[in-house]
Formats: sequence, C-alpha cells, structure tokens
Amino acid sequence: MSGFRQKLLVLYLGNSSPQSEVIGWSLYDGSSNETFEAANTMAPPYATCLEAMRDGWRVIRFPVLQNATKGSEFDLGYLEYEFILEKWEAKNG
Amino acid sequence: MVNKEFLLSSKQMAEFTSDGYLKFEGIVPKELCDAALKEMETRNLNDFDRQGLPFNYIWNNEKLAIGKVFRLPIVEGMIQSLVGPNPRYDHHFPHLNKANSRVTENLHQDAEYDPRFENFDIQISFFPTDVNEDGGGTLFVPGSHFRRVHESSIRRYQNIVGQVQSVCSAGTIVVWHHNIWHSSRSNHSNKDRYMFKLRLNPTVRQQLLWNTDDLNAPEVISILKKRQKWHGQTARIEEMNRIRFWRHLTNQPNFDLPGWYWSRIDNKPDTFYDFNAKGSGTLTY
Repeated sequence: MSGFRQKLLVLYLGNSSPQSEVIGWSLYDGSSNETFEAANTMAPPYATCLEAMRDGWRVIRFPVLQNATKGSEFDLGYLEYEFILEKWEAKNG
Repeated sequence: MVNKEFLLSSKQMAEFTSDGYLKFEGIVPKELCDAALKEMETRNLNDFDRQGLPFNYIWNNEKLAIGKVFRLPIVEGMIQSLVGPNPRYDHHFPHLNKANSRVTENLHQDAEYDPRFENFDIQISFFPTDVNEDGGGTLFVPGSHFRRVHESSIRRYQNIVGQVQSVCSAGTIVVWHHNIWHSSRSNHSNKDRYMFKLRLNPTVRQQLLWNTDDLNAPEVISILKKRQKWHGQTARIEEMNRIRFWRHLTNQPNFDLPGWYWSRIDNKPDTFYDFNAKGSGTLTY
C-alpha cells in the first residue's frame, strides 16, 4: 500500500443521478507531483459519473438532497450535485 | 448625458441579464491602449485611489490616458446604461499576469456574500494588449451572477462546462455584474498580460437607463430564455431569477417568460365566489 497514492476526481452533475451529465470537474492527483492546471478548452474527462465508475473510479461521496428553506426557494449558490470519486494508483515520481 | 446612440440596447441588457457580462471587442484605439499600458506599468494610478468619490472626479486630468479610456462615448454609454450617469467610484486595480506564470485554482466571486438582488455594481475589465489563448485572459462563468457564494470558497471548482476565457484584441472591454464567478488563468506566453479593472456603484435606481427602443423586440425573450448547460436541474430557477431581475430593470412587475413560472406562483386569488351573482367567477377577455 505504501507505494500507492489516492487520486480524487470531483464531478459536478446536472442532477442527482450518477447517470446525468457532467457540468464541472476537478482533479487532485496524489500519485504525482504535478499540479493540476485548470485549462479552458478541455472537455470533461467523462460524460457522466457512471462512465467514470465503469473506468475504475470508486464513488466515495454522494450528494445529499436537501429541501430549500422556506423563503429561500429561489436562492442559488454552490453547485448542487457534487460526486467525489477516487482511485489508488502507484506513486509516480 | 451620453448621446442615445452610445447607450446599450434592450437586447444587450437582456444578454447582460442572462450571461452576467458583455464583451466589446477592440473598442479602445491602439495609441490610447499603449499610453494606458504605460500608466499601468508605472503604477502611479494608485495615487488616484479615492474610494467613494463620484467617478467624474477620478482621472479627470486630461493628460491621463486611463481617464480617456473610460470617457470614450461607447464606454460612457455602457456605464450609464448599467449604473446611471453619475456612478460612484469604488476601486480599481491593474492586474498583472506575468509571462510564463502558472495559475492553478482561482475561481471566485468578488463578495463576502452580497445579498442585493435587483441592485448591482459593475466591474469593467480593460485589456490594453492582445490576449491570445495561451495568454491567461480572465475567465468568466456565464450565468453565475445570481448565485451567491462566499468569495473564494468555490476555488475547488477547477472547470465548469461553458466557461469562457477572455481571448481578445487590444482595446477590448468586458463589463460584468459584480457577482459573476471569474478567475485568472495561466499565462503560457512570453508576454506579460495586463488587465485593468474598475468597479463602479450605482447612485440611481437601475431602471430603464439604456436605449429602450427595442424593449419589445422578440429577440429579448429568446435571449432571456437562453440556457447554460451547467445550470442542469436548476435551469428553471435560474430563469426565474432572470425574470425577477428583468422585472426590476424594466419596471414591469408582471413580466414573465412563456414558461410562466412566476405567473403560476404569483396567482393567489382572494376573491370569494358568489354563487348567486350571475357570471361571477368566469374569466372575461
């Protein structure tokens, strides 16, 4: 295990279903010393969360569905459907 | 007052309502860009940082190129259309993104939480030089301005579908709603990239301040209904927030889009049906 490191892929989806489309993403790679650099024109790494699962990513957090509080039904803030996935990979570098 | 021809149109105001920003490509003449860039590089402009004064008092020395940039009729027109003819100066900042510099995560909103809804400040980004794809131009997330978050707390959102990085020619200005999510990006080019930001506050009710000749143009409706893919399930609520904003901007408290989301919710009849009255309770047109 000591030669392996965690890699996190955070997928933001269009709704609560893992089959819904990816609308945002972030990557944190503990197996490499590279800093992930956000780029403009990159397409999402996967179309859906399910597609990532089929590629070996394990879902470690599912978003909780919450009712809006009375009076703030139309207030929006953070992205609602955040799925966190992981992989363990051999340390690289 | 600005000549009507330089004011924004209703279609442009609808774009601002939907996307949270407007881009004006290469509107500042080259020689003025060069002179303004020189002023930015010397940083002497910070001597004029007098927060809270009417904007008319800022950079009104005729020798200052930066003052001339913000007093071009087309720039004055966009300012007047959005925050009125005599806005208050909030602050400015020359952003330098040095050549060959890397930026990782930087997405943020310029507020510690701004609870205002109908009222808004504008931020004006002026790019004095060409910004190519590798130049690290400011990135905006269209349609994020109605989402209130705590400043840099969104930093872990590395990429959002539909984000737009500024790639533009020298003299381009982007005017944006103060709440839009934005970020700088890595500058992989060999040239320093400057972006001069100015924030202005309204001093009048932000209502019908633009050229309203096309207020009832059908395009206004389709622009207001434009969807961002990243809104996903929340697209209808985003649309409802646009409608609320448009109702205020245009002083049309009952304005709605064909989805009728607000008209349905606002419908709370309080009239008792009188069984004995002839015709009572029937809709008449």
